[in-house]
Amino acid sequence: MKQLLVIAFTVLSTVAYSQKYFTRSGEISFYSSTPVEDIEAHSNSASSIFDVETGAGEFSVPMKSFQFEKALMQEHFNENYVESDEYPKGTFKGKFTNIENIDFSTKGEYPVNVEGKLTIHGVTKEIKTSGYFIIDDGIKGEAQFTVSPSDFDIEIPDVVRDKIAKVIKIKVSMNYKEFKR
Amino acid sequence: MKKKLNLCLATLLIFSGNLLFSQNDTSMLSMLDQEEETVYVGSTYKSTRIVNSHSLKSTPKGVLDFRIAHRFGFVNTGIYEMFGLDQATIRLGFDYGITDWLMVGVGRSSFDKTYDGFVRAKILRQSTGAKEMPISLQYLATTEVNTLKWENPDRDNLFSSRLAYTHQLIIGRKFSKSLTLQLMPTFVHRNLVENEDLSNDVLALGGGGRVKITNRVAITGEYYYVLPDQIQDFYENSIAIGVDIETGGHVFQLHVTNSTPMVENGFITQTTGNPLDGDIHFGFNISRVFTIVKPKSFRKSK
Repeated sequence: MKQLLVIAFTVLSTVAYSQKYFTRSGEISFYSSTPVEDIEAHSNSASSIFDVETGAGEFSVPMKSFQFEKALMQEHFNENYVESDEYPKGTFKGKFTNIENIDFSTKGEYPVNVEGKLTIHGVTKEIKTSGYFIIDDGIKGEAQFTVSPSDFDIEIPDVVRDKIAKVIKIKVSMNYKEFKR
Repeated sequence: MKKKLNLCLATLLIFSGNLLFSQNDTSMLSMLDQEEETVYVGSTYKSTRIVNSHSLKSTPKGVLDFRIAHRFGFVNTGIYEMFGLDQATIRLGFDYGITDWLMVGVGRSSFDKTYDGFVRAKILRQSTGAKEMPISLQYLATTEVNTLKWENPDRDNLFSSRLAYTHQLIIGRKFSKSLTLQLMPTFVHRNLVENEDLSNDVLALGGGGRVKITNRVAITGEYYYVLPDQIQDFYENSIAIGVDIETGGHVFQLHVTNSTPMVENGFITQTTGNPLDGDIHFGFNISRVFTIVKPKSFRKSK
């Protein structure tokens, strides 16, 4: 019986230690800036979950949830560029490589490195970036990185080439909650 | 026995623990039992009109759409009329999206000096996911005012005689990325008709659709069948075939049609061209949209 208790305790504590945080209303924005036109879009429907112990993290955002200033832009984004009907979600699957340096029980701002696979428009690319975990009353994760539409097989026709930047800035901001099964 | 059971339980616990771990390695997001969302089908058409008819696409909320519809003369008028290029029929109009399900518009056509106004509402939206709806259903109501000088000024002419109304249901479905089809059962009421034998009410059934060739080019078509014995024999059923070309900011619609008027009562009940005799107009529609009310998330920032 003792044996069992020890084993059970070990297992349970491992499980408990493998604490996860998640959100279903994460904010993702992207910005394209050219001399001709600035374009930005926002979504607050991103989902994310990460594991405190392993540092594994995942993100997913419905492409149709991005809101543009002009409805026509939004339509072109979905129909011509990211083809949301075929590729409804943008996803990221990766790792916070220095998660062991973060003390989730002490308030503060912790720099964090992220690397993993970003999939948009059916194309997967390795990306590496850094961000912050801001531990306050909650846990906030923030990161910024850039992507090129051409890396994801997104064709920009000649007529609008001057209006869409070659490099798009992406901002990620997540307010995480504790994950309880 | 007890020991065995304990061992069993222990194994089970470890195993379940491992299971939890192995789940981490595959997809953690699947652990967030996400509610299935309703995804509404979009991008049914490039434009809010197929050629003359309303399509399933409506003007988005807060967007003003300035539309120019233009038809040249009949191509069979020969070189003297430069195959129709010397003549023009035009409609200028403004459409506005009040909400994402309600749009309104006004316009003025040179044909019969007609002013028109319409309201179009979405009743059902094709969707997949949590709520599945196989079709879209919309209701269109138009009023047209013919402002030509009275043919018979001595008669007791009433303003109401200038009016005609159209009620239309648009039943459509986007079958695939490239194919959208729709049916338009239509009821037209003319307050005044040419003679006593004619009916004020006209029933017609329209059909239309589009096939996308590339992401930016589509072939469109529409046809109206007017049920027999309602309008004079020399009127023809309206037919139109077109190409939509999207250039990034604008959609150009180029087409051929036997209809001269560009509003419902006009092209459904007053199409005179016989396409088999070459009574065909070359024409185009141009639309330019302006965002009047920005989406909420953009109002504060700028």
